[in-house]
Amino acid sequence: MTDLGKDPCAHCEEMMQPYLDHILTEQERVEAEAHLDECEWCRRRYRFEESLRVFVRQAVTEPMPSELKAKLAALRIPLN
Amino acid sequence: MAEDATRIATEARDRVRFEEEALALADQVYRVARHLSGSREDAEELVQETYARAFRSWRSYTPGTNLRAWLLRILTNLNIDRGRRSQRAPQMTPLEANDYYLYDKLSAEGDGGQPADEERVVERLSQDDIVSALSAVPHDFRDVIVLVDIGDFSYQDAAQILDIPIGTVMSRLHRGRRILKRELADNVLEDVT
Repeated sequence: MTDLGKDPCAHCEEMMQPYLDHILTEQERVEAEAHLDECEWCRRRYRFEESLRVFVRQAVTEPMPSELKAKLAALRIPLN
Repeated sequence: MAEDATRIATEARDRVRFEEEALALADQVYRVARHLSGSREDAEELVQETYARAFRSWRSYTPGTNLRAWLLRILTNLNIDRGRRSQRAPQMTPLEANDYYLYDKLSAEGDGGQPADEERVVERLSQDDIVSALSAVPHDFRDVIVLVDIGDFSYQDAAQILDIPIGTVMSRLHRGRRILKRELADNVLEDVT
């Protein structure tokens, strides 16, 4: 990759989080996608970030202990 | 008298409806609480205190607004009141890497320079890696990651829950994700060495 080619990838990296959060302007989104269309190096890193977000969410999700649900229900204020 | 009875009956019905709606959200509230607080035990206690307070002050909830965010606002305030953390300003300047750092690190651990499938690269991380890396992210950054990326709250909701400007939510979220990735990359390095 030439030095000239390095800057677009650095710029694409800056846009990755806002792109995946859908908060880029239309012009920025088009710009990011135009770069991603031609740059597999960045495309891989965007795809990785998407997979990582899903994996993080799955990895940290713990079911609520069943006895906690019963304790919460018991906190309701009784009807007179 | 009859009017009083009607009013009391209506209020009782509204309260029961509120309680049922709040209880139906308990799984989601716990999922967020688990990582806002330090441990499973803390999270359970915090969720119970949150529901006790919510049931007592149900009249201050405006029906039709976001009940999940309302409950989380109570929960984060209780968490701060209990001195589990400071409310303002990050406690330290954490290490932060660029956004591609973790991928570069993980894919370099793979098969001799061959480009690896991105999902396979993610699978080099374990569930424990993620849980321990998330717990190592300083509170102020972790809170927004937990609310937005794990709890599915909007930036706006997260801003209201944490009582910070929306711009701060966005900057902490972006920095927090980089800190998390840096922590994950460090874990991988430790596993290898």
